[in-house]
Amino acid sequence: MNKNLKEQVLRSSGVNVLKCMRCGKCSGTCPSYDEMEYHPHQFVYMVEKGDIETLMKSPSIYKCLTCFACVERCPRNVEPAKVVEAVRLAAVRQQDGNHLSPDMIPEMLDDDLPQQAIVTALRKYAK
Amino acid sequence: MQRIGVFVCHCGTNIAATVDVKTVAETLGKEPGVVISQDYQYMCSESGQNLVKDAIKEHNLTGIVICSCSPRMHENTFRKAAAAAGLNPYLVEIANIREQCSWIHKEIATATEKAVILGRAAIAKVHLNAPLTAGESPVVKKALVIGGGIAGIQTALDIAEAGFDVDIVEKNPTIGGKMAQIDKTFPTLDCAACILTPKMVEASQNERITIRSFSEVTDVKGFVGNFTVKIKKKARYVDETKCTGCGLCTEKCPMKKVPNEFNMGLDNRSAVYIPFAQAVPKVATIDPNYCMMLKTGKCGVCSKVCSVGAINYKQQDEIIEEKYGAIIVATGFNPISLDKYDEFAYGQSPDVVTSLELERLMNAAGPNGGTLLRPSDKTHPHTIVFVQCVGSRCDDSKGKPYCSKICCMYTAKHAMLIREKYPDTEVYVFYIDVRTPGKNFDEFYRRAVEQYNVHYIKGMVGKVTPKSDGKIDVQASDLLANEQLHINADMVVLAAAIEPDKTARPLATMLTTQMDTNDFFTEAHPKLRPVESATAGIFLSGACQGPKDIPETVAQASAAAAKAIGLLCKNSITCNPCVAHSNELMCNGCSSCEKVCPYGAITYIDKEFRMPDRTTKVRRVASVNPAVCQGCGACTVACPSGAMDLNGFSNSQIMAEVDAICK
Repeated sequence: MNKNLKEQVLRSSGVNVLKCMRCGKCSGTCPSYDEMEYHPHQFVYMVEKGDIETLMKSPSIYKCLTCFACVERCPRNVEPAKVVEAVRLAAVRQQDGNHLSPDMIPEMLDDDLPQQAIVTALRKYAK
Repeated sequence: MQRIGVFVCHCGTNIAATVDVKTVAETLGKEPGVVISQDYQYMCSESGQNLVKDAIKEHNLTGIVICSCSPRMHENTFRKAAAAAGLNPYLVEIANIREQCSWIHKEIATATEKAVILGRAAIAKVHLNAPLTAGESPVVKKALVIGGGIAGIQTALDIAEAGFDVDIVEKNPTIGGKMAQIDKTFPTLDCAACILTPKMVEASQNERITIRSFSEVTDVKGFVGNFTVKIKKKARYVDETKCTGCGLCTEKCPMKKVPNEFNMGLDNRSAVYIPFAQAVPKVATIDPNYCMMLKTGKCGVCSKVCSVGAINYKQQDEIIEEKYGAIIVATGFNPISLDKYDEFAYGQSPDVVTSLELERLMNAAGPNGGTLLRPSDKTHPHTIVFVQCVGSRCDDSKGKPYCSKICCMYTAKHAMLIREKYPDTEVYVFYIDVRTPGKNFDEFYRRAVEQYNVHYIKGMVGKVTPKSDGKIDVQASDLLANEQLHINADMVVLAAAIEPDKTARPLATMLTTQMDTNDFFTEAHPKLRPVESATAGIFLSGACQGPKDIPETVAQASAAAAKAIGLLCKNSITCNPCVAHSNELMCNGCSSCEKVCPYGAITYIDKEFRMPDRTTKVRRVASVNPAVCQGCGACTVACPSGAMDLNGFSNSQIMAEVDAICK
């Protein structure tokens, strides 16, 4: 368990996962349920356990539509979508991760793309 | 010269672990007027009390200070001990060094310092204490029960059984409450009406019980043993003494499109109506919102067909004033409104119903004569989904924070009854937890699963969607299988949370009783005084105090009756001598105190005073009735000239305490 990662997810989501009473209404209401490997209620529970790396590696973090149905309907106001978003952010901003290398740039080039965006992206996502 | 004794209690480790009791006793022993200062492990014990008694006799004490727990806990204990040793009990002061000191502090040094200060303040106060003698006030030997559901009926029957008169005030045209609407009761599955209606009849036939139906309490004055209550008897436009309950008027009434409250609006009734066949009193009531005669002056059919001439369109609301010794609150509960929960489509499909509506749909006196049919097309449902915890166990912003307690059991009951009567129906129950603490309760739920094959699924329904073919799509999660389900249902039943009746809040204000944030009445002690309110003479019965099933409600109703009987048996009760009095020379007759007094204890009199020049002058001054005054102190705060003062809590005593604290 990565304590720092858990702390980061809790802080960036602003969610108190301990409020969850494990009713599963978030997963009962989720329109992307069948697309997801881990479902909204599992996100909440796994973040509580600190098992965040597993979630970060799962494609599930990109399957959430951020429709906020789970946030709207959670009886305990836990806001699962914000937890998913926080895990997604943790994955995207993961330090030392090499998401972009300079040789990937040429094929991405576009006349409308400002050069500054490329430099920023490289700074943010390249090792 | 005062001779004061100080006694510091360890309360085991409750106080001694955080407060250095030896230092406290030693320091307080040096205060002026203190002749003896001791500490002891348990001052409230027999030997602790003997210590106090012996010291009073030996040192001829004129006042004592006990540094211990809250006065709510043991003030009476030590007052009795003092009285036994020949000291006036009102010369005892308690310094609360447990709840207000040791329990809330962690550091010994600061806690000890605070304990000394609290003790010093109490010593300063006891210096000014005067011996007081408690008077007595008579007890009116009659009880008022507010609410005529099963709780109120049981309480009234028990009080009447003990030989006291009881009035039941019920806001609806009949007594019976929620239990009258229920079809079967768990865990025995006996018919609710079969066990309730005999009790309703018993209440109506008992000569000691007066049922004031279609009435509401509008004002409560007075105090324990002597309440004066105003009851509004709402106009029912039918003379109760003449009406025989034959029902001819209800048959002939041309206005038949009124939603029937008794059947939860699932069918209609006439404008003149008797709520149900076994209603008590069985008397017709005219609904002024729908009656053509009352609205437009054109009709009068009921009056023409009534053979006894009971109809009276000119009847007015009537205010009745009665005196009671005890009041029992039994205002009950209601299911919450489901408007907030769009995801369950309650307002979108008539086939999504609440559990109470299902009770009516399954009841023989219900809209379908006991056959379970879908409200929309009157066909048999073949797949029924039950949703638990709708609005219960929620975050405050989403619903009620508490568990409604009864839903798990009644849902198991409904599921079982449906499977028993219609074995071709599939029944699904979505639960978060199944909570069945109670005698034979878990066995009952297991029977629903094992014997009746009800599908219990751990998970919550996320979305209910009525479809164009009349079916209802229920989207839910099955947590144990880790999958999302879609059930093609014919009916959905929502276990709506329950909440206290809306009349409870204004009633609590009238009775000066406490409520919690959910509007449930607060009991005097959550464990040891569960049926009394903190206001003397007011008792709590049934679901007005918290969610309860029928067995628990009846048990609490009888307990409340026992407490009320204990009060009514007494010919008189000892009054609190710590009451207000007015210094007539300072009173300027402004009436401020009279206006703030919640008990109506203050009146104004014209009194003759001799002036310095030997003339006399008549002045208007306040006069307190000590039998009515409860010593709340509101008048002493309101009085602009400082003429009002409270025995045992005088302004000078409070100032002395403040001075001692600030020293």
